[in-house]
Amino acid sequence: MSSEEIFEPKIVAFVCNWCTYAGADLTGTSRLKYATNVKIVRFPCTGRIDFLLLLKSFAQGADGIIVSGCHPNDCHYTSGNFHARRRWIAFRSILDMMGVDVRRVQYSWVSAAEGSKWADLVNNTVADIRALGPYTDYQKVADYLEKEVQDGEA
Amino acid sequence: MEKLRERAAAILADGTVSLVIGYEEGTKRPRPLFCHDGESARKLIFDSRCFHNLAVYLTKKELVGNGRFAVTATISTLRSIMQLYVENQLSEDKLLILTVDLSGTLREFVTFDEISAYVEQFELKRGEREQEILTRIEGMTREERWKFWQEEMSHCFKCYACRSACPLCYCTKCVVEVNRPQWINPWPAPVANMEWHINRAMHMVGRCTACGACGDACPVGIPIDLITRKMMEDMAPEFGYIPGLPVKKGNALSTWKLDDREQFIR
Repeated sequence: MSSEEIFEPKIVAFVCNWCTYAGADLTGTSRLKYATNVKIVRFPCTGRIDFLLLLKSFAQGADGIIVSGCHPNDCHYTSGNFHARRRWIAFRSILDMMGVDVRRVQYSWVSAAEGSKWADLVNNTVADIRALGPYTDYQKVADYLEKEVQDGEA
Repeated sequence: MEKLRERAAAILADGTVSLVIGYEEGTKRPRPLFCHDGESARKLIFDSRCFHNLAVYLTKKELVGNGRFAVTATISTLRSIMQLYVENQLSEDKLLILTVDLSGTLREFVTFDEISAYVEQFELKRGEREQEILTRIEGMTREERWKFWQEEMSHCFKCYACRSACPLCYCTKCVVEVNRPQWINPWPAPVANMEWHINRAMHMVGRCTACGACGDACPVGIPIDLITRKMMEDMAPEFGYIPGLPVKKGNALSTWKLDDREQFIR
């Protein structure tokens, strides 16, 4: 990559089916433009989002992660996001202890009516991660960078 | 100690228990001893060198059988036992606890209430070694912490001794034994090692009693007990209770509060 090129981060978004996915849908139907760096993965509920999925994303080349679901008290399953919130509090503390860059995981609540909030969230996260640069620290030890070169040659 | 041996022999003889789990003199340091009769109970010892967490054996059905059994317990072991009780892994009618307190008196616990009243007297404090390493880690920047753990993790060869030594790792099928999907690569590699240890810490949230058994068991001396220890210290104020202290209100991750505090969700 030449130095003039802007770094385009790869961002994986883990979102819940009932709020954020519908919210992202609304962003599209409202014709709001937002960064294309994000790959959305739809889950039944934020409570279903396993922490290992987040680690796997980093190992497979993600530079940033968005995790988003229903606002507290709005969960389709009543308490999934409350459970998830606890898990994230713990997960964040452990990641920080291990020296993983916690700024690269952005958590949010986006409801089905907040199409513009989703666009803002993605745009802001992309800007943040772009400022942080590629997550080579992690990708190096995960052998992701080597694989990328090999795949390119093959 | 003599009283402990006598008592162990007596309860084995009169059939109160069918097994006493305790410590005996080993080649370098005390090792676990399983007494099925009064004869072997004479080898029992109990002193400050006994630090193995014997609670790890209590969930092994093939070992303790269906009868009643007794265990000699240190304070850390008692904490683990309390947590196992909170998770419905132990029942009062199966277990008898023997311990020798600081003044050298033999104590016997039958109910979990007795244990909790006793354990509450002891404050869980960082030891010298923990204090030293944790202060060092806390003083590091994120990049330095990353480097520190990468260096430590490079020694890990995935023997899973940390898992075997932990009294609270009692799942019969562990996530690393699942291969559809293969969450954590089974070979020792930097990221696979780190994923394993993060995974272990995550599974210990609100459960770890900081007995340090995992760190002691590590053959290459990675201070892995500090990952869970730090997590436990961080989580105690967040979730309002310390594991091993007996509040039967469920696991930290299986319960929640409306006002759980965080500053990072926007």
